[in-house]
Amino acid sequence: MVVESESTKDESVIDVQDLVTYYGTRKILDQVNLKVRSGEIMVIMGGSGSGKSTLLRHMLALNQPAAGAIRLFGKDPSKLSAPQLHAIRQRMGVSFQNGALFNSLNVEENVAFPLREHTRLDENTIRIMARMKLEVVNLAGFEKLMPSQLSGGMVKRAALARAIVMDPSLLFFDEPSAGLDPVVSADLDELILRLRDAMKVTIVVVTHELDSAFRIADRILVLDKGKVLILGTVDEVKSSDNKRVQNLLNRKSEDVIVNPDEYLQRLTDDLAGL
Amino acid sequence: MNTRKFIERIGEKTIDAIEEVGYHFSLLVESFYWLLVGPFVKQPVRLRNIFSEMMKIGVLAIPVVILLSFSNGVMMAIQGIVTLQEFDAESQVVPGIAYSVTREFGVLITAIVVAGRSGSAIAARIGSMQMSQEIDALRVMGIEPVRHLVAPIIFSMLVMMPILTIMADSAALIGGGLYTGIVLKLSLGTFIDRCFDVLVVYDVMQGLYKSLIFGVLIALVACSNGFSVSGGAEGLGKATTRSVVISIAMIVMADMIFTYFLSR
Repeated sequence: MVVESESTKDESVIDVQDLVTYYGTRKILDQVNLKVRSGEIMVIMGGSGSGKSTLLRHMLALNQPAAGAIRLFGKDPSKLSAPQLHAIRQRMGVSFQNGALFNSLNVEENVAFPLREHTRLDENTIRIMARMKLEVVNLAGFEKLMPSQLSGGMVKRAALARAIVMDPSLLFFDEPSAGLDPVVSADLDELILRLRDAMKVTIVVVTHELDSAFRIADRILVLDKGKVLILGTVDEVKSSDNKRVQNLLNRKSEDVIVNPDEYLQRLTDDLAGL
Repeated sequence: MNTRKFIERIGEKTIDAIEEVGYHFSLLVESFYWLLVGPFVKQPVRLRNIFSEMMKIGVLAIPVVILLSFSNGVMMAIQGIVTLQEFDAESQVVPGIAYSVTREFGVLITAIVVAGRSGSAIAARIGSMQMSQEIDALRVMGIEPVRHLVAPIIFSMLVMMPILTIMADSAALIGGGLYTGIVLKLSLGTFIDRCFDVLVVYDVMQGLYKSLIFGVLIALVACSNGFSVSGGAEGLGKATTRSVVISIAMIVMADMIFTYFLSR
């Protein structure tokens, strides 16, 4: 495929250039630049409201940038026709924050769903492939359960099985450890590492969990209020002398300097009769 | 100040409404695109989805549609006979029921039942899929949500609404016939015969045309409300209610407009 040769030439699977985006009139992302190289695990970190989920949605081509550009496998998704975009998306797998399993389908049907839609394999092959992926995520034997019958960790693993069923070359995780206890979340980290080694896949993880980020990341991007605070390897981020990075790493809340006049102004703003 | 705000509000609402109509139209066009072109670009609308929608929208609605239409037929017979007695024209109740059922009430009751049953269910289902990111999941898998979710619903509506309407017409005529038979000592056979004497194909078709329009309206309103869900459980409840209220309102108004053009 043409896409393949371009991506190997350029090495970067995702290329985000000067991305700017708004929610209403509020600026969510401001001049974000990021290149994700083939085969690496890129962790995107930041507190809530830092714009990391929005950045993820852009990389999934679910949102359109207000300015700047995104290239996936060397192609700009906003300039692709629907079939071309579908072709690119079949090379991507996504594990959503709450799994996003189809509630009306059981675990096996969920995992088999992309195969049923995109391939013409016969029923037995599809079921075997689905079960193979369930084996990979240690969910063998749970094929017939409905998503509502699964625990939080099992939902995430089932979602992961569905994300990898088409053997993607690019895998996204949205908050993989959110809502999981530390042991299960550590298991999931191991699974992510194992997948990268076994499938040679490029992985982008969005998380706010420091331990998890340091455990799995090759490089870390820290977002703060829509801007890139730092982009570097785990050691570079740890040894950064940027105050805001250190605050984030040490879980210190931001020092807020209060200006009395501004404070009064905020409280009485748009009140009548003042 | 207040007048200005009021006028601004009217402007905003108007723009919203136009936007919504535009969105409905784009959903409709996209659905037909997938139904007609999908199979040739390897993105067919799945028969499995269509059958499951037909089951939910059509087959499961049969009992309540028949029950309500039957009651409606009886009711019209009662009112008709009472009213016509004043002119000593009770026997004219047969064409009265036959016309109004086939042209109006059969399809209207069907549409209201389907809007209440399936419209709310569709809005709730798509809305909860939107909330749990299942719609996003479909998109990133390279599966168009419109093809996967909306097109089967539109297609099922187009097939099931006329069928339900014919059932409703029959149930109402039988209901009316039974009551008339008891009161006017007219056998059901005679009643049905006289119905066929006065009815022409056009009367029945008028109801069926409307049923197609109403079915598409219900589907579009329900789907668009489902897709627009935001803000958690409260938003979901709002979207569900809104889809039923709006589709019933649109059905009644569309009915009025169509009747004006078709019946004169």
